[in-house]
Amino acid sequence: MSDPTPILARFPVIVHDTATDAFIVPVAQALEVATWLRDDPAQAFDYASNVTGIDYLPLEKKLKVKQPDGTEVETVSNRPGYFEVVYHLYSMQRKAGPLILKQRTEGRENPLVASLTPVYRGAEFQEREIFDLFGICFKGHPDLRRILMWDEFEDFPMRKDYISPDDYEYEPTPHDSVLAEARKHYSK
Amino acid sequence: MNPASTLPESPVLPPRDYQVYSGDDLATNVLEVAMGPQHPSTHGVFRMDVSLDGETVVKLKPVFGYLHRNHEKIAENVTYLSSMPYTDRLDYFCSMTNNWAYAMTVEKLTGIAVPERAEYIRVIMAELTRLQNHASLVGFFVNDLGASGTPLLYAMREREHILDLFEWASGARMMCNYFRFGGCRNDLPPGWLQQCRKVVDAFPAFMDEFEKLLTENEIIISRTQKVGILPRPLAINAGITGPMLRASGVDYDIRKVDNYGIYNRFNFRVPLGEVGDCYDRFMLRLLEMHESVSILKQALDSIPEGPVIGDVKARNFRPKVGEAYGRIEAPKGELGFFLVSDGSPKPYRYRVRPPSLINLTVLEDMCLGHKIADAVIILGSVDIVLGEVDR
Amino acid sequence: MTPPETPAPGIDEGLRSELQKAGVFVTSLEFLYNWGRKNSIWPLGFGIACCAIEMIATAAARFDLSRFGAEVFRPSPRQADLMIVAGTVTKKMAPQVVRLYNQMPEPKYVIAMGACAISGGPFKQGYNVLKGVDRYIPVDIHIPGCPPRPEALLQGLMELQKKIAAQRTLGPSERQNNPAYATGEREAVIPQYGAHDLVPPYDKNVWHPPHLERES
Repeated sequence: MSDPTPILARFPVIVHDTATDAFIVPVAQALEVATWLRDDPAQAFDYASNVTGIDYLPLEKKLKVKQPDGTEVETVSNRPGYFEVVYHLYSMQRKAGPLILKQRTEGRENPLVASLTPVYRGAEFQEREIFDLFGICFKGHPDLRRILMWDEFEDFPMRKDYISPDDYEYEPTPHDSVLAEARKHYSK
Repeated sequence: MNPASTLPESPVLPPRDYQVYSGDDLATNVLEVAMGPQHPSTHGVFRMDVSLDGETVVKLKPVFGYLHRNHEKIAENVTYLSSMPYTDRLDYFCSMTNNWAYAMTVEKLTGIAVPERAEYIRVIMAELTRLQNHASLVGFFVNDLGASGTPLLYAMREREHILDLFEWASGARMMCNYFRFGGCRNDLPPGWLQQCRKVVDAFPAFMDEFEKLLTENEIIISRTQKVGILPRPLAINAGITGPMLRASGVDYDIRKVDNYGIYNRFNFRVPLGEVGDCYDRFMLRLLEMHESVSILKQALDSIPEGPVIGDVKARNFRPKVGEAYGRIEAPKGELGFFLVSDGSPKPYRYRVRPPSLINLTVLEDMCLGHKIADAVIILGSVDIVLGEVDR
Repeated sequence: MTPPETPAPGIDEGLRSELQKAGVFVTSLEFLYNWGRKNSIWPLGFGIACCAIEMIATAAARFDLSRFGAEVFRPSPRQADLMIVAGTVTKKMAPQVVRLYNQMPEPKYVIAMGACAISGGPFKQGYNVLKGVDRYIPVDIHIPGCPPRPEALLQGLMELQKKIAAQRTLGPSERQNNPAYATGEREAVIPQYGAHDLVPPYDKNVWHPPHLERES
């Protein structure tokens, strides 16, 4: 709920998404923007509260758009897949916030964003967790390695296309997706 | 409130990975010890890889993930309401406040209004949770110091009174699953408020007994003062919240800043520390217990009659497309939930912002230069619970 | 089905009660040995998750565990003879749990406390959750609940005491009957961290997935 004008005036590359009140920052400028937000006395966003990773699969939506002459035309909107890292910033000095920063990757192959750990130390473990569970690499992170899963693990579990290992040999009352998994073992 | 310039200096930090020569030209090496995951003092399955020079800590890396139960992935596959029992198991000491944070986030996402009585019940349950959490934590902290369990048993005795209240209202001692979107699951049974009043009135007597034993105890003072100092700028930058932040002198209590629920109706103070060492964190929690008792008395005096749940369609609950971040002042820090909805009955992204995980960021900074025994106490004062760290 | 808690046969009950009235107590060595063992179980101080808090509450003053002799929680597995697996065992933690089990000296017992230790519990659909600790180590007593009330843990302990009382000290040793040692090794198999799952996903000697015939 912060006034977007000074931020957009200082960094014209930022896109302000009014639906979610979020500032979408290009990866190359993210560190500069974050440093300014923290150090500028009028902004003083000195506290990074939450860092989240989101996996958007490519989505194809069929929409029926009403034309001026009364007919309906079916259009297909294609949203390509990408990863998003969302930062919620607060200001302890001014008791203000939240300010939502988003970084988006180009597609879902080899995702790379800028790490804000040099600016906000509180993002250190959370960015490591996003790397562990989503596979997004953070450029400039001092210690990027797995944090929740073991080091030899090779998958990225929180991605939407992750398939969990098959250890559903015994399910007393399976239903829905668990029944589909358990069925593979019935004939054995 | 002391400005940062008058904080005492941090202990002199030795350089890392070095060889020490003692007086008679004896070369020593650094000893690497893995403390945990099974350890009597690590508050759960938590591992610290410490490198020791003699008994002084020169490097400390926390390792966790031994309780990673992929709560967030499960939440993406079940409906919004089905995640409510899972939130109980995040910070398993404080199930009521976890429920409140999640219910608040969904109410922000969908705009559901909460009736008056439900708001009062929420405040009462949250403050009772804070009381039993801080009491248990002080008990565990003093246990780590070597007090062999006696203060812990005193604290557990009081905790049992509060758990009885929870069980009477919600049906379970610990995993209460009591809050719903728009209020509470059921109204308080008749007689509950009188019993709660009795428990709250008896609490200051327990606190006096506890404080008389502990706060001027010579061993506690000499072992916890000037140990594990967290400087103020580091605390703010590292995203520390809760009693750890306030012990370093930062006046940031989300109950006062965000004014969520009906906290602006209650008159309570926010205690602040001066030095930011373990003693400050320990004392701060005792002072916060006093403030919680005061809030409880005010809430019990003014709770109105009325419905306990708003007008919510329970079946086929589909929030509109959008995002919401809701946070509360949980006993351990700022507990936040971030929900991304795509219009379906299941959340698209469900994220828990765990206070214990973020508070661990500065564990190494606080422990460097201290002895290994102090590292255990510093970890105890951070107040982590692994269900929250690993989710 | 609880085993009977009678001493080994060898003397007529009538004669025994007559002798008792005269102040003479007759029993078997096995009964005495088991009585001593079951009333002084030393648990390993090993709590993983939420059930650990109920275990601590059971050991606290209200539901006292020390009246059953199980007061002394040992921090070291070398000195303990009961491991109460309280909480969700994740795949990352499983090798550590099996190592602790191996380090305990015999005779040793395992109680799986809570739904998570029995079968994965509410977190069963988890890529990191081990669906039951009995996939790697043999479990003696299962206590359901989430978390089980302290009284449930006490009842589980009493059932374990009955089980200990019925154990034979003469005859084949524990290790010979313990399925974890079916291959003749001295230790249970410790799982390794694989690329996607633990390797092996379960110990074939200890746990068999039940054969299910269901209509598709």
